[in-house]
Amino acid sequence: MPEQRGAQVEFRDVTKRYPDQVAVDGLSFTVPAGRICVLVGPSGSGKTTSLKMVNRLVEPTSGAILIDGKNVFDEDPTALRRRIGYVIQQVGLFPHQTIAENVATVPRLLRWPRARIDARVAELLALVGLDPARYARRYPAQLSGGERQRVGVARALAAAPPVMLLDEPFGAVDPIVRERLQNEFLQIQRAEGVTALFVTHDIDEAIKLGDRVAVMRGGRLVQFAPPGELLARPADDFVARFVGSDRGLKRLALLTVGGADLQPLDPSRVDGRAPRLAPSMSLRDALALMLTHEAEAALVYDGDRYRGVLTLRQIGHMIRTEA
Amino acid sequence: MTPGEPIIRWDWLASHVPDFLAAGAQHIELTVIAVTVGFAIAFALSLAALRYPRLEGAITGVTGTLYTIPSLALFSFLVPFTGLGVLTSEIGLVGYTLLILMRNILGGIRGVSDDVREAAIGMGYTSEQLLWRIEVPLALAVIIAGVRIATVTTIGLVTVTALIGQGGFGALILAGMLTFFSTEIIAGATLSVALAVLADALLVAVQRRLTPWTRPA
Repeated sequence: MPEQRGAQVEFRDVTKRYPDQVAVDGLSFTVPAGRICVLVGPSGSGKTTSLKMVNRLVEPTSGAILIDGKNVFDEDPTALRRRIGYVIQQVGLFPHQTIAENVATVPRLLRWPRARIDARVAELLALVGLDPARYARRYPAQLSGGERQRVGVARALAAAPPVMLLDEPFGAVDPIVRERLQNEFLQIQRAEGVTALFVTHDIDEAIKLGDRVAVMRGGRLVQFAPPGELLARPADDFVARFVGSDRGLKRLALLTVGGADLQPLDPSRVDGRAPRLAPSMSLRDALALMLTHEAEAALVYDGDRYRGVLTLRQIGHMIRTEA
Repeated sequence: MTPGEPIIRWDWLASHVPDFLAAGAQHIELTVIAVTVGFAIAFALSLAALRYPRLEGAITGVTGTLYTIPSLALFSFLVPFTGLGVLTSEIGLVGYTLLILMRNILGGIRGVSDDVREAAIGMGYTSEQLLWRIEVPLALAVIIAGVRIATVTTIGLVTVTALIGQGGFGALILAGMLTFFSTEIIAGATLSVALAVLADALLVAVQRRLTPWTRPA
């Protein structure tokens, strides 16, 4: 099922000038097919403007945006938009249409046969965790904020677009729901193989979701890097401040216990309070567990197989070292 | 009213039911034509105002001025040109609906949230599809509210057209006044009010039917 149908998206020296300001200034970067690129920055940094140039809701002053090598500015905007999924913060579900009708929006614009639309709607609702039998015929007003946001994602994916754009999609939901939506989004994005451009002002969200993170400031791209590199080697003081003084801790969330340099000590010689860890666990969770157990070390087991010992000292070292 | 006569003569009422039915049919006919034609014109004018915002001031200026002309004066003014008849009545009645209908059509369409509009355009709706599939359906509740006001207003105004030979229930009122016969005046007025209340209730039902998404689950 994870057919790779995402497209590569390339910004080539894209500039958007308004009479009184430069919103986006010479933006260039490339998002590999099937990956998530998060545009992050303070408000007014040009991230939303950049996003809206991809589906031509905003026309650039100069430059090109290429989807699989084709410049979007050479295409018919309406046809282009039907091939690009779009999710906005306020979701923008159509209040007068049922959930099924909302999800079917683009397939209907593309005049898919009825049976194909129905099947795709059911598939997508299930994919975003909404039982089609329960939800298909409801109206948006009858759903919770989190449910509406899921429908928004399903609607954007309906016609299996190679690219989807998300503009602060999880900004308006509470933190618990947001975290769940983020996890679901990662799964869905992988399952659909779609290339995603995702705008947020939340650096933690950027680090969690991005395969690449584009940090923007004042319309310029300050740094474009995978999240681990962003945390380890911020390009300048602005990025360093933006990712936060706890960037070392944040980086732990991206590293796994299995990837650490485990010490082959005899488990019986380790303090009895030591918790057991799985290699897939993030170092951040490992640290939290060790602190709550008041343990200096933890034992790493891959199923029943003993892998070695992880110590607090090691974790501390990883927080401090760059790279 | 001659002295000693009761305010309402029930026997007269009972013997004139066919007249009431005929008057009612004319009242409804005049109203339906006025609101339907008025709606068509107001809708076209609204679309023009949305597409060419510069026109809006001129359009609302004209419809607003029409609305302020006293009905009696307007009908009397038209008679020399269009005679005593349905056409004169309808020109006046239609004129009065325009301001109300246009304000609600424009207000309803403009009231559609920008998020919805942006989502629709971003997903590839053409401007025509946006209008007919998103904006108009979402404006429906407000538009029908305008139709309700226009209908109730028109039902009241139809009675005035009795003076130019039309009038539906208004003809009863006028005849009653000319002959000092209170029963007929009361019958005409009551039936006119009843028709307005009925029409309003009917339109509320239509609105509920057409906008199922506004109903609680």
